[in-house]
Amino acid sequence: MLEDILKKHPQHEDSLIEILLEYQNVKTKRYITDEEVEQIAKYLGVTESKVCSVVSFYTFFSTEPRGKHIIQVCKDVPCYVNGSGNVLKTLEQLLNIRIGETTKDEKFTLEYTSCLGNCDGAPAMRIDGKTFTNLNPNKVKAIISEYRGVN
Amino acid sequence: MVNIKINNTNVTVEEGTTILDAAKAKNIKIPTLCYYPDLDIKSDCRICTVEITGQKGLVTACSTPVRDGMEIKTNSPRVLNARKTITELMLANHDANCTACEKNMNCELQTLANTLGIDENRFESVLEMQELDTANTSITRNPNRCIKCGRCVDVCKNVQGINVLESMNRSHEMFISPKYGRYLSDEDCTFCGQCSSVCPVASITEKDDTDLVWNALDDDKKHVIVQVAPAVRVSLGEEMGQKPGSIVTTKMVAALKQLGFDRVFDTDFTADLTILEEGNELIHRITEGGKLPMITSCCPGWINLVEQQYPEIIDNLSSCKSPQQMFGALAKTYYAKKENIKPEDLFVVSIMPCTAKKYEAAREEMSADGKNRDVDAVLTTRELGKMVRQMGINFDQLEEIEFDDPFGITSGAGAIFGATGGVMEAALRTVSEVVNEKPLEKLEFESVRGLEGIKEAEVDLGGQKVKVAVAHSLSKAKQLADQVKAGTSPYAFIEVMTCPGGCIGGGGQPYNTTNAVREERIRATYQVDSDMKLRKSHENPVIQKLYEDYLTKPLSDLSHDLLHTHYHKRRT
Ligand code: SF4
Ligand code: SF4
Ligand code: SF4
Ligand code: FES
Ligand code: FES
Repeated sequence: MLEDILKKHPQHEDSLIEILLEYQNVKTKRYITDEEVEQIAKYLGVTESKVCSVVSFYTFFSTEPRGKHIIQVCKDVPCYVNGSGNVLKTLEQLLNIRIGETTKDEKFTLEYTSCLGNCDGAPAMRIDGKTFTNLNPNKVKAIISEYRGVN
Repeated sequence: MVNIKINNTNVTVEEGTTILDAAKAKNIKIPTLCYYPDLDIKSDCRICTVEITGQKGLVTACSTPVRDGMEIKTNSPRVLNARKTITELMLANHDANCTACEKNMNCELQTLANTLGIDENRFESVLEMQELDTANTSITRNPNRCIKCGRCVDVCKNVQGINVLESMNRSHEMFISPKYGRYLSDEDCTFCGQCSSVCPVASITEKDDTDLVWNALDDDKKHVIVQVAPAVRVSLGEEMGQKPGSIVTTKMVAALKQLGFDRVFDTDFTADLTILEEGNELIHRITEGGKLPMITSCCPGWINLVEQQYPEIIDNLSSCKSPQQMFGALAKTYYAKKENIKPEDLFVVSIMPCTAKKYEAAREEMSADGKNRDVDAVLTTRELGKMVRQMGINFDQLEEIEFDDPFGITSGAGAIFGATGGVMEAALRTVSEVVNEKPLEKLEFESVRGLEGIKEAEVDLGGQKVKVAVAHSLSKAKQLADQVKAGTSPYAFIEVMTCPGGCIGGGGQPYNTTNAVREERIRATYQVDSDMKLRKSHENPVIQKLYEDYLTKPLSDLSHDLLHTHYHKRRT
């Protein structure tokens, strides 16, 4: 599958982001393994360090297997001072996982992100690209049960 | 020209000059971290912050050009405060255990904290200790000391074209490492050490082998000998507080004697020997239709690059070992026998400008008896400097002592191995005399000297015009290697040195190496050459005698056994 995507792109460093985006979308669990990093690096003639650097720069890529829903808690200062710590604690208790982990049923992955650009609504988090602001423990509980209910 | 004011003094500088350079010209020091001379301007760290009268925000001196009438304050309270905050933030994420640090008293962060008068940090430490990378024999990486200035990334990517070090993640979670926190040896690191030479702190350093050497020196049963590479005599002075380009050969020998080495020898000797072997190999390849272009093999960083990324051109490499390893092989056989020392009681140390030499000496094929290493320990110029200081030697007061016999008689051709173009020039001095059967009218091959990235020359070998090329820094070497790989290389002979400027700019050389410093070391190198009585390797009488008594002739069976090797595709 990766091979087909690679073949569509010129063998040049500039194709890297395009390839990663395209691949992560079609791949289940939306993450990129070590072997795939190597394969992409080889094809483009860049180092694996380079691929890892790009993969890790963009928070929508992951190098770990991920759940169906990706919850990203903002970790930057405005959110921090407005209580993102509590948001995180609530999420960890609700989902019974620590930050960076995925639930056993592979439904949720909990991650940090840097500023979501919603500082005036701090603390903020994002689930699958949708942003939630002005969070408190109760609001978080409501949001999570909604996501649980949807499936 | 534009007129500006720095700290209330009038300064006239050329348009386009950065504030940093304008201040430097007036001897005003503005601290820098992400900026390093000759590298890209990144303006990330903001430590070079200065104030401009009438302007609201502070600006970065490294990246801001002066404008006519600008009034700059490099040391106002506002500026100092900003720098203090930046430094405190860095220290809060730094393993600031200075007394247990290799770079204590020689660290840019420490100096900064010191000059800013930081005695207490307002910020609590957020450091999460990470594992060190000690997985290879050349370079140690300590992520707990990294201040994320990005200099190493720049050197590795843009100067060397390797791109092993990269930034991972972003904002406050950003860190610098190979391949997502893994080891340098998990990637195609050449161990050139250029990253270690620009790192402002002790986050990337050579693997410290000084204890190994102290212990050998302390062991009465061991006969400990040392060889010193050509590039060390023109740089060690800097470690001892002298100015770049100082030639300290005889004091260096005296210092090594004081450290307790039984004999002090010169790698220039085996550089001469390399020329005889490699020169004859070249003549052989040209006349017998062997693989061309032939490419020099004395630089281990370059060998690593070929084995990792250019296995197709391995046969183009000269089969000669490097001078360091020729010395080791001769020491453990010829010398041990002559001096009646059991090879296992002989401990061979080399002082090199180079971190990759540590890797080379540890390669398993670099062993005459197939069991023990030919070169037991490799120290960089910096490590030698450290030992001399540890011993409390007053370097300037040392007497002048010459190298020991027999491996102390050398030629100027061996001496220039330390500079880019030097191996080529040394080889041409010998090869053209052998082939043309008459003395050279002019010894100097100026077209292959200097800091130009790729240099070319055309030489007359027995009526045949032959093109040669010289590259230094791996990004330039890759250009020539690509041609060879594609079969379009117009050259018969290519010299490659991994480090910018050649070994004089090696990854183990004194800190603060810039192009200006490289120029000085190069000038000194050619000075050493022109001061020598002997200028051509084949005229070295001790080399001639070594062939008569032992090796018989260049490329003999014994030469092949001891002085040549094979390379193969691999990951280091
Ligand atoms: S030693 Fe050389 S190749 Fe290896 S990381 Fe440092 S600069 Fe890059
Ligand atoms: S390892 Fe050194 S040179 Fe590289 S980013 Fe860290 S502090 Fe800078
Ligand atoms: S150029 Fe010299 S110092 Fe640099 S890697 Fe090669 S041998 Fe070592
Ligand atoms: S800091 Fe959290 S959204 Fe900007
Ligand atoms: S030195 Fe100018 S911003 Fe880093």
